Amino acid sequence: MAERVIKLPDIGEGVAEVEIAELPVSVGEMVREGDVLASVLTDKATVEIPSPTDGRVVWIGFEVGDKAAVGSRLMTLEVAEAAGEAKSDRGKAAPAAAETAIAASAEAQAQQLLAATLAKSPPPVAPSARGEATAAQMTAPPPTPPMVRTTAPSGSARPERPLASPAVRARARDAGVDLRFVKGSGPAGRILHEDIEAYIAGRGETRPAPGLVPNTSIEEIKVVGLRRKIAQRMQDTKRRVPHFSYIEEVDVTDLEALRTDVNANRKPGQPKLTVLPFLMRALVVALRDYPQLNTRYDDDTDVLHRYGGVHIGIAIQTPNGLMVATVRHAEARTIWDCASEVQRLSEAARSGTISREELAGSTITITSLGPLGGLASTPVINAPEVAIIGVNKIAIRPVWRGTSFEPRKVMNLSSSFDHRIIDGWDAAQFIQRLRSLLESPAKIFMET
Amino acid sequence: MEPISCTVLVLGGGPAGYVCAIRAGQLGLDVVLVEARHLGGTCLNIGCIPSKALIHAADQFYLARRFAAGTAPGVRVAEPTFDLPETMAWKDGIVSKLRGGVFGLLRRAKVKVVTGTGVLRDGKTCLVETETGDQMITAEHVVIATGSEPVSLPNLPFGGPVVSSAEALSFDTLPQRLVVVGGGYIGLELGTAFAKLGSAVTVVEATERILPQYDAELTRPVLSRLEKLGVRVLLKAKALGLDSAGTALKVMPDGGEEERISADKILMTVGRRPRLEGYGLAELDLEMNGTAIWIDDQCRTSMRNVWAIGDVTGEPMLEHRAVAQGEMVAEIIAGHKRSFDKVAIPAVCFTDPEIASAGLSPDEARSAGLPIKVGTFPFAANGRAATLGSEDGFVRIVARTDNHVILGIQAVGQGVSELSGSFALALEMGARLEDVAGTIHVHPTLSECLREAAAAALGQPLHA
Repeated sequence: MAERVIKLPDIGEGVAEVEIAELPVSVGEMVREGDVLASVLTDKATVEIPSPTDGRVVWIGFEVGDKAAVGSRLMTLEVAEAAGEAKSDRGKAAPAAAETAIAASAEAQAQQLLAATLAKSPPPVAPSARGEATAAQMTAPPPTPPMVRTTAPSGSARPERPLASPAVRARARDAGVDLRFVKGSGPAGRILHEDIEAYIAGRGETRPAPGLVPNTSIEEIKVVGLRRKIAQRMQDTKRRVPHFSYIEEVDVTDLEALRTDVNANRKPGQPKLTVLPFLMRALVVALRDYPQLNTRYDDDTDVLHRYGGVHIGIAIQTPNGLMVATVRHAEARTIWDCASEVQRLSEAARSGTISREELAGSTITITSLGPLGGLASTPVINAPEVAIIGVNKIAIRPVWRGTSFEPRKVMNLSSSFDHRIIDGWDAAQFIQRLRSLLESPAKIFMET
Repeated sequence: MEPISCTVLVLGGGPAGYVCAIRAGQLGLDVVLVEARHLGGTCLNIGCIPSKALIHAADQFYLARRFAAGTAPGVRVAEPTFDLPETMAWKDGIVSKLRGGVFGLLRRAKVKVVTGTGVLRDGKTCLVETETGDQMITAEHVVIATGSEPVSLPNLPFGGPVVSSAEALSFDTLPQRLVVVGGGYIGLELGTAFAKLGSAVTVVEATERILPQYDAELTRPVLSRLEKLGVRVLLKAKALGLDSAGTALKVMPDGGEEERISADKILMTVGRRPRLEGYGLAELDLEMNGTAIWIDDQCRTSMRNVWAIGDVTGEPMLEHRAVAQGEMVAEIIAGHKRSFDKVAIPAVCFTDPEIASAGLSPDEARSAGLPIKVGTFPFAANGRAATLGSEDGFVRIVARTDNHVILGIQAVGQGVSELSGSFALALEMGARLEDVAGTIHVHPTLSECLREAAAAALGQPLHA
């Protein structure tokens, strides 16, 4: 048997360090080529590291939650001699060189496999139960010798097992009861049918509590993976970026009328439009006059990158937490195109198949909770951008229209800005421009 | 041929496989059973059933010889004769009748039986070479039940006079001189039967005891019976190989000189191994446990929806274990909650006298660190045993000192195989000594000895 070191491959895009999100294998477990050895988390996405070969895991360098540098030793696999053949062939002349060659080729292979899986990185998988079983088995008595004696005399009678008849055991299994937790009232603590029925009747939350009882439990939940990433980024952003928020009311009655009409008469294959694509197009138009808002501020080098294209980040709630997907070059997309792209990215983010590229590179971000949008919010900037536009819910409110109150559809925009770059005056001007576009939506298209 | 697609594919029609298929069919699953040879597997065709038929015939003949010799209870017969081919035909009749029964049960359960060698392509598909061409079968669940096969020693490969138990059960003539290599239960059962039929039998055993998995107390009556039958038992003896003429076995006895034992047939019963070759199992690359397929307590292998049952999963290679596994797997696939949680897998050795055992022996219980008390009752003090003329042996019961829960029951004596069911029942029910001692056992039967052994363990024996 030969040993093969699996190094953490280069994930690309200059990522130097990743977080180990999942280790679905354990020491002693057999893995096959292509099996996932680890899932790692970069700034944006989860990437699975496949095994380049068949083998048995003999060493794991990290634990879940650890930070690991690219190129560091992730695992050691024990592989069949055939796979390590190169070593003995070339090893005589220059063993060290051969070793390196193997490591390099292993890495290259891993790299290839990785490339294949990088496009779609499914959500982290839970460590398999069988992995644990196998690990337990490794510590079990050594395998029986090949030449076995005729037969064993009897099965094992394990006295530490709960004492119960086969019928009681079957009842427990069907009811999902672990008999080790059931107190037996029979002779020698034997568990009787009555005991198990009493246990089932008394179990679970369905039993009405006798009055109000304080719950003193405290559960420790380790913050790992995407949640830890979100926590760090939020903390970092809030600490470094002086935010200010600006909230304005927008009358979207006309926009809603237009939207309803367009949706009712849309062509087959066209997506149903929400407010979001209109807002995206309005942003594109408004940003022409306020380009300082379509920027990324590198505060380490004091350089502001002003972008010609508008890459709109869309905040998406996924089962694992918040993600921001990027609709690239919104200035070159029609309203339908914007809508389709948002839909595609949302589905990819929620199903975990979104790529790292699709989660990076936005220049301004929109956050919307839809019907949950509330009256106002104070969104956190998606640094290094300098502005984020929050969309609140649409409600019908009485609006004074010169002579009378009229019921109008009204929506608030709650936006935050990086005060280091954006002055309040500019921010207010920009939002007023956006408001005027949204209140007379024809202008969004006239000025395109 | 049109590919078949089904829910459950069972590979192997032995007791594990056919029971699994029948139960799955009864539960409404779509089942295909693939068997290359005969339904019923080793047990029905070349194992338990034919060997018990032969043992019964040998016992009858031996009894008749005792009648002729005037030793038995006043019954006299003229010199009995024995016709091996006729006995074999009778045995074959029993086997084929039972095989027909299995076929009928499968048909009633609507199981599709495909005859041919099935080779797994992956965990879902199997290619069966049938007489009429290749048949592809795809299944959601694959149950591996390929059984086991006898092994020989490297220096004594099967062939010529060296035979396995399967051939010994189909001898066309009675071997005058039979050497049995391996003093386990298969070798001793057949060796005893052939000795009773008139063969000169020598048993060559490498360890210091026959039936090494049982304790000396249990095997002593068997050993003394073998001596009475004129069976020569060589312990701590090594079988070296055939001599150049192929008519004798070279044996190195313990500390002695190399000896040549003339033999017409040499029966190898040194063990069995899981049968893994030729079914494409290597392709699946399942996790192994030694030479057997590794399974968990639900007979799951390391591959999803691939199950393994019976001898292919290793020791104990017993029909009743295989059947229990097969039934359980069918029920799990059908969505029931099951696991293999037996307290004991009882075992019987059909030697003369028989040995029955369930649960822990006194030695096993002690080495597990359990405080135990042991109660023993001899058949010599049992009325029924006296009237049967077989007073050898005893029933022994092992229980915890603190709560009297029974940990194991063993017996040696004529007909004790039929007591094994009550031994296992007591263990599964978690019975205490008082439960057995407080149960009326019919007089006059051998079963009274079980009650008496329990009473003895409680310090209240009536008849001892």
